[in-house]
Amino acid sequence: MTGRERGLAPAERERLEALARELRREVLIMTSEAGSGHPTSSMSAVEIMVALYFGGVLRYDPARPTWPDRDRFILSKGHAAPILYAVLAEAGYFPKDLLRTLRRIGSPLEGHPNMRRLPGVEASTGSLGQGLSIGLGHALAARLDGRDYHVFVLLGDGEIEEGQVWEAAMAAAHWRVHNLVAIVDHNGYQQTSPVSAVTDPRTYVEKWRAFGWHVSEVDGHDLVAVHAALRFAKAYRDGPACIIAHTVKGKGVSFLERDFTWHGRAVPRDRLQLALEELS
Amino acid sequence: MNLGTRAGLRMGKATRDAFGEALRELGQVYPDLVVVDGDVSNSTRTEYFAHAFPDRFFNVGIAESNLVGVASGLAASGKRVVAASFACFLLCNAFDQIRMSVAFPRLNVKLVGSHAGISIGEDGPSQMGIEDVALALALPGVAVLVPADEHATRAATRAMLEWEGPTYLRLGRPPVPVIYDPDVEFLIGRAFRLRDGNDVTLVANGLMVAAALDAAEELAARGISARVLDMATVRPLDVEAVVAAARETRGIVVAEEHLHFGGLGSVVAMTVAEQHPCPMAHVDLDDTYAESGAPEDLLEKYGLTSQRIVASALALLERV
Repeated sequence: MTGRERGLAPAERERLEALARELRREVLIMTSEAGSGHPTSSMSAVEIMVALYFGGVLRYDPARPTWPDRDRFILSKGHAAPILYAVLAEAGYFPKDLLRTLRRIGSPLEGHPNMRRLPGVEASTGSLGQGLSIGLGHALAARLDGRDYHVFVLLGDGEIEEGQVWEAAMAAAHWRVHNLVAIVDHNGYQQTSPVSAVTDPRTYVEKWRAFGWHVSEVDGHDLVAVHAALRFAKAYRDGPACIIAHTVKGKGVSFLERDFTWHGRAVPRDRLQLALEELS
Repeated sequence: MNLGTRAGLRMGKATRDAFGEALRELGQVYPDLVVVDGDVSNSTRTEYFAHAFPDRFFNVGIAESNLVGVASGLAASGKRVVAASFACFLLCNAFDQIRMSVAFPRLNVKLVGSHAGISIGEDGPSQMGIEDVALALALPGVAVLVPADEHATRAATRAMLEWEGPTYLRLGRPPVPVIYDPDVEFLIGRAFRLRDGNDVTLVANGLMVAAALDAAEELAARGISARVLDMATVRPLDVEAVVAAARETRGIVVAEEHLHFGGLGSVVAMTVAEQHPCPMAHVDLDDTYAESGAPEDLLEKYGLTSQRIVASALALLERV
């Protein structure tokens, strides 16, 4: 699958919006059936993932998960594993039936991604702050090998409180890796509070820019805008690019939205139908 | 240092120097070899590689977490990666990154920690890697190599690059006595049997191997025959050599430049306890941090000497 140089056509947009709705429903069902997980952290990232994988941004081939020239996607906020799994199944890396085994013993769909057990997973994550460094390593390997692949890393806004993120940000800018894109899923909430109670999200743009990155801001639920921002970041040649995606934690289900007490909790089965109806 | 004089050994290079030279040579052999260092390349000696292959060397800066993450990504994209820093900073500062980004996904990252032990001397405890072996052993599947001299280090560096999966190579700062021939072969998981004996076995690695050889001479003068094993690989441990020592001699003394808990002494003791119980004694740093001082003075003060190995062996033989 390769990207195109134009924006999203209306029909394409409708197709992706339908897919986003479907994947959101899938995230709710799979975590609800598992009885645990992080559905709300997944739901804020749905449009980002859909634009990447199904909007022609990411170059990949499910039949060859280790194809050396593939673009890499690294889910640094590993707790959003449900949306990664739903996307990988939709893309054809493994049968969709497997989604029903989330978090069960023996299943390769572990609570957080395990690259050794599931094709399409590029890094084992779940301890926050590590994905950008790993992405930088891949980006440098591309340079050494003369390959033109890109590396996309999805970070949480709470996650960037980790110091390692800024170590990686400094190094990536220093080496001017143009094939590395950081996407911050800025949904405003972490496990026990709004992010703003811990650090100041209003300074994200200045911070990344000061570290030497090209920064853009986007409505993370506007597929056309997200798609355009990703296309731009991929084409940007002067160094690493960061996209601050303004999102809503638990997007799409009114009683989940912006309520951090749902972090790390699945919707109970008796409320699942109610949640799904909002997404139909 | 008078290390190795009793055993008639001549002083050679530091293991970090031999590593740096070997790495430069191996850069020719392995075009996929990439080296990342945390701004200490003139200490770890990765600078030799850096000068020869500037395109395949990255100074990641004083950022060990990022250092390990970058190494992980390079390895995941097919590179043979050496990630080097001081033992303490690499293992202690970046422990979770090593856990999550290297050990758990079993990536081909070769961790190299220089300035291990208290023999770094004057810089003091903040720079001394004395917990590193315990930390590396805590991570499933990480091979742990502690070579004793320059020739073993060259061979270990080559063996490490051929080994599939994560490894940790422990190196020292000061020059150490020469024990091996230049063409020594390093087999990961195999102990070097340096001296035969059937009264007691001295198991050591790193610079304590020379001390063990000195101790064996001293014991011989007292009519005691000591077997000396260089346990240059801590994991996978040469279980056969340990069990044979437990069976064929009256006890085992383990000597290492590391804290008491979680190092070579611990894994040898577990193996002995499980497979063939025998009396044991330990010569190590006990359960404490050291201080600044000349290397020789520190080794003396903190009991990392051939005399203490001799005394431990004698006491052990007395109680059996």
